[in-house]
Amino acid sequence: MEKIYVDHAASTPIDERVITTMIEAMKNQYGNPSSIHSFGRDARKLLDEARQTLAQTIEAKPNEIVLTSGGTEANNLAIFGYARANKAKGNHIITSAIEHHAVLDACKQLEKEGFRVTYLPVNKDGYITKEQVEENMTDETILIAMMHANNETGVIQPANEIARLAKEKNIAFHTDAVQTYGVLPISVKEMQPTMMAVSSHKINGPKGIGFLYVKEGTKLIATFAGGEQEKKRRPGTENLPAIAGFATAAKVALEEREQRGSFYQHLTDSFVSALKEEEVPFQINGDANHRVPHIVNIYFPWTTVESFLVRLDFAGIAASSGSACTAGSLDPSHVLTAMFPEEGRAQSSVRFSVGKGNTKEEMEYIAREIKKMMKTI
Amino acid sequence: MIYLDNSATTKPWPEVLEAYQKATQTYFGNPSSLHRLGTEADTLFQKARQAVAKLLGAHTEEIIFTSGGTEGNNLAIKGIAFAYQTRGKHLITSTVEHPSVLEAFRYLETLGFEVTYVPVDQEGRVNPRHVEEAVREDTTLVSIVHVNNEMGTIQPIEEISRRLKKYPKLFFHTDHVQGVTHVPFSFRDIGVDLCTISGHKFHGLKGTGVLVKRKGIRLSPLFHGGGQEFGVRSGTENVPGMVALAKALRITRERQRETKEKILTGKKRLLEALQTLEGAVINTPVKDSAPHIVNVSFPTLKPEVIIQALTKKGIHVSTKSACSSKENQPSAVIEACGLGKERAESAIRISFSVDTTEAEVEELITQLRMIIPEMRKVMGVAK
Ligand SMILES: Cc1ncc(COP(=O)(O)O)c(C=O)c1O
Ligand SMILES: Cc1ncc(COP(=O)(O)O)c(C=O)c1O
Repeated sequence: MEKIYVDHAASTPIDERVITTMIEAMKNQYGNPSSIHSFGRDARKLLDEARQTLAQTIEAKPNEIVLTSGGTEANNLAIFGYARANKAKGNHIITSAIEHHAVLDACKQLEKEGFRVTYLPVNKDGYITKEQVEENMTDETILIAMMHANNETGVIQPANEIARLAKEKNIAFHTDAVQTYGVLPISVKEMQPTMMAVSSHKINGPKGIGFLYVKEGTKLIATFAGGEQEKKRRPGTENLPAIAGFATAAKVALEEREQRGSFYQHLTDSFVSALKEEEVPFQINGDANHRVPHIVNIYFPWTTVESFLVRLDFAGIAASSGSACTAGSLDPSHVLTAMFPEEGRAQSSVRFSVGKGNTKEEMEYIAREIKKMMKTI
Repeated sequence: MIYLDNSATTKPWPEVLEAYQKATQTYFGNPSSLHRLGTEADTLFQKARQAVAKLLGAHTEEIIFTSGGTEGNNLAIKGIAFAYQTRGKHLITSTVEHPSVLEAFRYLETLGFEVTYVPVDQEGRVNPRHVEEAVREDTTLVSIVHVNNEMGTIQPIEEISRRLKKYPKLFFHTDHVQGVTHVPFSFRDIGVDLCTISGHKFHGLKGTGVLVKRKGIRLSPLFHGGGQEFGVRSGTENVPGMVALAKALRITRERQRETKEKILTGKKRLLEALQTLEGAVINTPVKDSAPHIVNVSFPTLKPEVIIQALTKKGIHVSTKSACSSKENQPSAVIEACGLGKERAESAIRISFSVDTTEAEVEELITQLRMIIPEMRKVMGVAK
């Protein structure tokens, strides 16, 4: 049986070059980067180089990269860290209803601590507009958190515009770029966010590592207290092999970005045309012209997602109903519910997310399998 | 190359690397995904959890995987403080904690919590009676390090735990990061409520750790999101990292007997040699200290210079905790023991692993016997 993995938005297979870097680091640079002896210094050197590489991928300065244990921690550090450190300036935060839970649940916690949070609704195309943000800004607004692209629909948000608006109004702007890093060109010089979260395991790097870009001069209260690592913004012995592996993955992603982008687009386009050819009734969720190339979320009105996914799995196809991170739950997607509040569309939609190892033939195979499933319903 | 800084971090074992590599290549799915690649990754992950639970003497649901010791300590301390703050805002710790504990308490103080820092004796040990005496009606947490990372002093965790049983409204956490390697205990038997360990201190990987949390205890999470790790620690699970941690812990336990004797022999040999080395003052207590740590001061000499001299000979030791060894400040732990500024300013730490050989210890002794008298002559302290 074929085994086809189209759930790259949940996690990606690790690149061989990344493993090589990591194993190398585990064997040779196992010192603690904070130690002053030569093992420590060797480790520190590798750490500095990796940080430099990561900084370059988004045109940031090395000291603006705070390494974390992943996207969730990076988003939490941005939201909690900024809000708690700057509450003297105001207590209002603007975000959207379609953020990842790492942002949403952090905001909900802040509400318990006395902050006011506005969760902007989305339109049927799956994005927020700059105007919505503008209308909801008050004198109390200190932070706007808007993801760069949504992890379920792949719809790209007007982060650049909103960043500009935030800058004009002197409000901090955080963006969750977990799904766009390595896929879309990102420059913090151009976008000018205050903070930006990124995760390694989405770009063929190891799990358990990510970073938060923090613009120089931004005040944050750290989630952890402890040693001096990451300039006290994130104490704990640095996860050096993973950091080095992440840097390799990021470097490779940057070098291959354009190729990858057009290849992913080609794959998802082929999938959509194959579905059309098979005459399977479907609709794409979200603006098909403003999505990241690797994600396509499809509504199949003739089925329900649970049985559909089980049958796909039987056919060796790994896709998902939305975010994996809601820890295995099959609750209807909060993103699709936000886009289509009155319809049961979330219960009949599936996310396909492609990666480097996929082929056009696989896309056509999936479409044929879906056709077969439809016939037997 | 002789690496004697195993308290700072250890070299991952080849079997651990293999386990990591295999898990990463074969089980790359997100364990929360419902398809086969996800469930396979989850199965492997849960197996690692079961193995760790068994090795630590805890239940499977009591194992919370974290990114390391710093996170575990922070999660335990802030997690209890916030979750139970309606009960009270008083906390107890000692003056010889790792920065990841100390700074967490300092942070809580800025938020209106009150912290009692129980002092230690000259061996760096807290008196269980003093801990008990610090308990108040509104105390919710006591956190005491098991093995101090600079001195190697073992704290009387079991006795403290026994005394604290009288106060069912408070929780007892121990930072077991240095203890887990060579001074193991069973979580259930020792009777603590929470216990932190870190993978890279026992030949596992950096960025991996465990907080053991007794069933039924609530914790306010540090990370909010997808609700992984029983809702206490959100974020995509580092499956290969935890598989590697389980492997490293298993090997550590398997080699325990060999380890203990071997390391103790090395430590004894080094202590004997230091006792006859002029200018050396041993800080590590003779009794009830971890087999892998020797802390020694060379008053009036600069520890950085000693370290540099040893480095030239291919031997790597450190001053104090790696996380704060950048600052050229006296050791806060040795000062807290009341051993004086001079000793606090001139301490070096030598820490062994099971892989340390007798010849390596001898080489260190030989080099110290050459370097120290030489330096003392230069400083004008030798006769
Ligand atoms: C948009 C988005 N943000 C945040 C995260 C969380 O990142 P991590 O899994 O590294 O914690 C994910 C993926 O899980 C994501 O897709
Ligand atoms: C006693 C003790 N606690 C906590 C830590 C922190 O652990 P980690 O480096 O995994 O964050 C260390 C080591 O650095 C330690 O020695």
